[in-house]
Amino acid sequence: MSSGLSLRDRVAIASVRGVNWVSRALRRGAGTVAGGNIGLKISPHLLVSLARDRTIVLVSGTNGKTTTTALVAAGWGGDVASNTTGANMPAGHVAALARNRTTRVVLETDEAWLGEVVTATDPAVVVLLNLSRDQLDRANEVRRIAERWRAALATLEPSTVVVANANDPLVVWAAGDAANVRWCDVPTPWRADAQSCPRCTLPIEFDDVRWHCSCGFAKPTDLTTSLRGHLIVAGRTLELSLGVPGVFNEANAAMALSALHELGVDLGDALTRVNAVSTVAGRFSVRAWRGRRVRLLLAKNPAGFDALLSTLRADNDDVWIAINARLADGHDPSWLYDVAFETLRGRTVWCLGERRLDLATRLDYADVDVRVVDDLDDLPTSDDPVTLFANYTAFSEWLERSTPC
Amino acid sequence: MLRIATLLPDLLGTYGDGGNATVLVARARARGIACEVVEMRRNDAVPTASLYLMGGGEDGPQRLACEVLRASNFGERVRDGAQVFAVCAGLQILGRHFSVEGDDEFEGLGLVDIATRRGTTRSVGDLCAKVDGRLMVGFENHGGVTTLGDGLVAFGDVVRGRGNDGVVDGFRTESLWATYAHGPVLAQNPWLADKILESALGETLEPFTSVADRLYEERCRELSPRSGFEDRRRDPH
Ligand SMILES: [Zn+2]
Repeated sequence: MSSGLSLRDRVAIASVRGVNWVSRALRRGAGTVAGGNIGLKISPHLLVSLARDRTIVLVSGTNGKTTTTALVAAGWGGDVASNTTGANMPAGHVAALARNRTTRVVLETDEAWLGEVVTATDPAVVVLLNLSRDQLDRANEVRRIAERWRAALATLEPSTVVVANANDPLVVWAAGDAANVRWCDVPTPWRADAQSCPRCTLPIEFDDVRWHCSCGFAKPTDLTTSLRGHLIVAGRTLELSLGVPGVFNEANAAMALSALHELGVDLGDALTRVNAVSTVAGRFSVRAWRGRRVRLLLAKNPAGFDALLSTLRADNDDVWIAINARLADGHDPSWLYDVAFETLRGRTVWCLGERRLDLATRLDYADVDVRVVDDLDDLPTSDDPVTLFANYTAFSEWLERSTPC
Repeated sequence: MLRIATLLPDLLGTYGDGGNATVLVARARARGIACEVVEMRRNDAVPTASLYLMGGGEDGPQRLACEVLRASNFGERVRDGAQVFAVCAGLQILGRHFSVEGDDEFEGLGLVDIATRRGTTRSVGDLCAKVDGRLMVGFENHGGVTTLGDGLVAFGDVVRGRGNDGVVDGFRTESLWATYAHGPVLAQNPWLADKILESALGETLEPFTSVADRLYEERCRELSPRSGFEDRRRDPH
């Protein structure tokens, strides 16, 4: 493969590896973005060069991209290059591709960067999960992202297969001009961002099975994957028995398996490997902190939070929630009012993080009993397990603070 | 019974705007005042209510919401004395015209003499304004520059962020309250929620303390000019 690389590219790749090795050795973070940025400075087309002659899967969407990327990597089996640290913009992609030169690659891709990355990498498969409100202070408007996806995907050759969620009108609009699409009928409860038609702005009507607009824009009927009770991919029925929780992860797994089928991976083998995944970058894992068992859940936007709240067991697990509003979280925690926290009524919730007062106010107005935790020493000690919901930077803090069980 | 109607939450309801209704109801009920919220969705008639809430929205839905409301009797209800609290896109719709999606101009409801054109930059960040001597803290995310007609009173004087034009935010008439601080601005400003409730009820409310007071104090500490933050008024032109 190195024969296809210019001298400039080879220097750039050596720099990516060198800088990332140094940054890991100095424990300055996971060591992915710094090296990637330097590599891209030396050779702006480094992503194109590194992607050449490799089989690449891109995974994008508001929720589930990290998990789905991990499920594709696991389901593929063997050596797969991937940006497992969550660095999902080109610098992170360059780092992942330079670190591991195997031909099989799956890359989690930030929604705003998908167009550029599609053009640079000529992927075999693009997985489009869903689009909903997330960090609107940074990305502005979710419809603009759908339009940008649409423009980028329209340029694809039929050799690229787009695996797209047929129940998300914004995703269907985005994939609508792509040459080769496999539509997946997977559960997608969040509809608040797809009330008006992306084509004509008239109302979209939903029923249990279909959706349509009076302009003719409607849910695709040529579905190749369906998850309604049981999973069918390309005519084959599969028994999902996932190690990761929730209906939303079943939808992620269905789309991961659809992508793997397009790559020629045997579905039976892939299913066994996908079922075996139980934690993804610390998410869903049970960790220990000051003698307590803490289940860590990353919840960073309304659709994702609602889905995770539905996995909360009816028993008396303590519920802790940690909210920050740094750059990576979005500076505006207004989205807390779009989360259905009313489902926590009857419980006591301990409110943590830099924006714990925003959270406590929200929960108080939802009639949930709250405790504002200004000092971690104020957290209750007990043998009962804890479920901790945390948004992006708060999640990282708790991952660092806790230890494996 | 206080009836609050949320107008077109299916179109005007990004950014947690629905929280404003949640806050008003909770604060009314805490004083023992019976209160209910009704939602007007796209195909519904405008419900009778003493207070209407309008949220923000993306460009396409904003235009659609404006068309739906223009075809309804919402204007009559306002002229009959109902109160309206509008944020962001809701604010723009109430005026004579607004520009979204580039430079095309759309006719608003014309309930107030304001006009909104597209600014050269989007304003995304904290918005603070002095409203009747108190600091209102909030967050804005919009691309509009709004001009008030002669004699129209602004909602507040901007001390941080842009609001209408970097100088003043929103507007206030006998029945209309409007700000660029998007939802749930009433969660961060409990005193403002109570002011609107008092106006809709026509009576003075008992004081009521809750965790929201701590949130307001904290936001004021972090954002007020006295805490050393410099005035970052931006020129929207
Ligand atoms: Zn349509």
